[in-house]
Amino acid sequence: MDRDEQQLAEAFDATVAAEGRIEPRDWMPEGYRKTLIRQIAQHAHSEIIGMQPEGNWILRAPSLRRKAILLAKVQDEAGHGLYLYSATETLGVDRTELTEKLIDSKQKYSSIFNYPTLTYADIGVIGWLVDGAAICNQVPLCRSSYGPYARAMVRICKEESFHQRQGFELLMTLMAGTDAQREMVQDAVNRWWWPSLMMFGPADGDSPNTQQSMAWRIKRHTNDELRQRYVDMTVPQAAALGVTLPDPELRWNDERQAHDFGDIDWNEFTAVVKGAGPCNAQRLAHRRAAHEGGQWVRDAASAYAAKQAERATRRQEGEVAVA
Amino acid sequence: MNASHDNVYDALGESDHEGRWAYGAGFDETVVEVTAPAPEGVDRADLAAYCLMLADDALVASQRLSEWATHAPELEEEVALANIALDLLGQARVLLSRAGHLGAAERFRTPGLAAGLSDEDVLAYFRDDRSFRNVTLAEMDLGDFGRTMAWILVYSSWRLALMTTLRGSADPVLAAVAGKAVPELAYQREYAAGWVVRLGDGTAESHARMQAGLDDVWPFVTELFLAHPVETRLVEAGVAVDPASLQAAVDADLAQVLPVATLTEPTRPAVGLVGGRGGRDGVHTEALGKVLAVMQSLARAHPDATW
Repeated sequence: MDRDEQQLAEAFDATVAAEGRIEPRDWMPEGYRKTLIRQIAQHAHSEIIGMQPEGNWILRAPSLRRKAILLAKVQDEAGHGLYLYSATETLGVDRTELTEKLIDSKQKYSSIFNYPTLTYADIGVIGWLVDGAAICNQVPLCRSSYGPYARAMVRICKEESFHQRQGFELLMTLMAGTDAQREMVQDAVNRWWWPSLMMFGPADGDSPNTQQSMAWRIKRHTNDELRQRYVDMTVPQAAALGVTLPDPELRWNDERQAHDFGDIDWNEFTAVVKGAGPCNAQRLAHRRAAHEGGQWVRDAASAYAAKQAERATRRQEGEVAVA
Repeated sequence: MNASHDNVYDALGESDHEGRWAYGAGFDETVVEVTAPAPEGVDRADLAAYCLMLADDALVASQRLSEWATHAPELEEEVALANIALDLLGQARVLLSRAGHLGAAERFRTPGLAAGLSDEDVLAYFRDDRSFRNVTLAEMDLGDFGRTMAWILVYSSWRLALMTTLRGSADPVLAAVAGKAVPELAYQREYAAGWVVRLGDGTAESHARMQAGLDDVWPFVTELFLAHPVETRLVEAGVAVDPASLQAAVDADLAQVLPVATLTEPTRPAVGLVGGRGGRDGVHTEALGKVLAVMQSLARAHPDATW
């Protein structure tokens, strides 16, 4: 590191330590840039892959109001993907490159979307539990040290919280409905509870990048802290709904002023992360088919834009010649 | 942990305005009460039937467009196609409720049906294809992105011309629905026209696919300009729009777009009617039954439930 770079690094560290924002044209360490690209791309990919399990029910939504809500939600997720890919573009990568990394399995997305949506209650439970967990993870990122990411997260978190309440409202309606609807909700909770706990990532002892990311203020809390907060927040909501969370060890610990809960099946977590979940292959194949199937459309748009630019140049030359 | 910054809800910063966060899902934003009285001298059954025609055109088209979700060629198109589907769904919902208010839902409320089901859901989920009144263009398979763009261009050009005139309807609900629909459809037409030009004048492959898509849509265009007896009666009452009057506007739009897109007007013959009857009479293509089978499957599996 030469002297200039040393000064830049000191200025960067001081900005981050003072809770200031790093902007795209500011100097930043290469590791910071790479970590951010990986983190934001993974988040963007999660939004886009996450459209699939919910998209599975758009055509079959059981009322027109529910159809409008679900369609708008899936559309919001495409919008989130767009903001986030735009944020990565400020770090010097582009969407095409990242999409190719996703479909070549070189970058990851949230493993929760590798589980299937089997009934319409899954739509409510995804809103309540999955979006709820995402909010716990993401709200602190509204204070991320990287400006474009932090600003994207503010808007995303607002929409996520709206989605979460819509999911909860669907579940309240189903719980007040027929026996079949109530069973549907409990069944969905049984399937999604443990995967939602896994959304916070490995236990702190097994999360090697956490300390550096926290020092850089691109991660604000450890995985276990966020997981505990999520459990504490969700237990009273489950009681309000009248569903049972499928964990016999879940109970209030007065001493810790927090809930104790059972052990997560880390073997399942690892298997799903590595590609052996129920829907990994299906989700990626679907994304690949949409991307490759749209190539001719994107090519046409580029060809047309090039023709238009050429026509404009010729017109300008014509005008110069006439003058 | 710093609770003041990190409370999952408090940290969202602004008080929320729920309607802002799910564009197009605003289910309470009815432009006018669907319970407004029918104009004097207008047959309620005719008015209900006309509302169903316009509602089904939008509902079935919205369902078809929703098939694109997660399949679009680019994220911007994902957002745009969902927008169009949501706009049409919004139009359908008000029109179905209006038809329901005028009595159209009653004969579909069979004994096993949940009492709390709304008219719009009874009409959307518990009618068979023979009772749907949409033009057959609305139910056709949208195929690839080229065919879809040709389809949106034709559909929105036609419906825009219809809604533009319908703003002057003697029925206050139809007039209000039309007033809201006009800017939505103008956007849809502009969006589709942009893509028809890009694809038509893009690469050799996109040109061929765009022309093929337009050719596929063409046989369903003639039916758009045929008047059903209900429409004819309501035109006289100042309530409905004469479909034949819409052809000039559609022709003018296509005459503007197709040459720029380097496309030629197709020559395929119109899809034949069955004994003179088409979509407006409940005589559809084979496609509609399958579209409805998917759309209605969950609601029909739980007729005693509301959602």
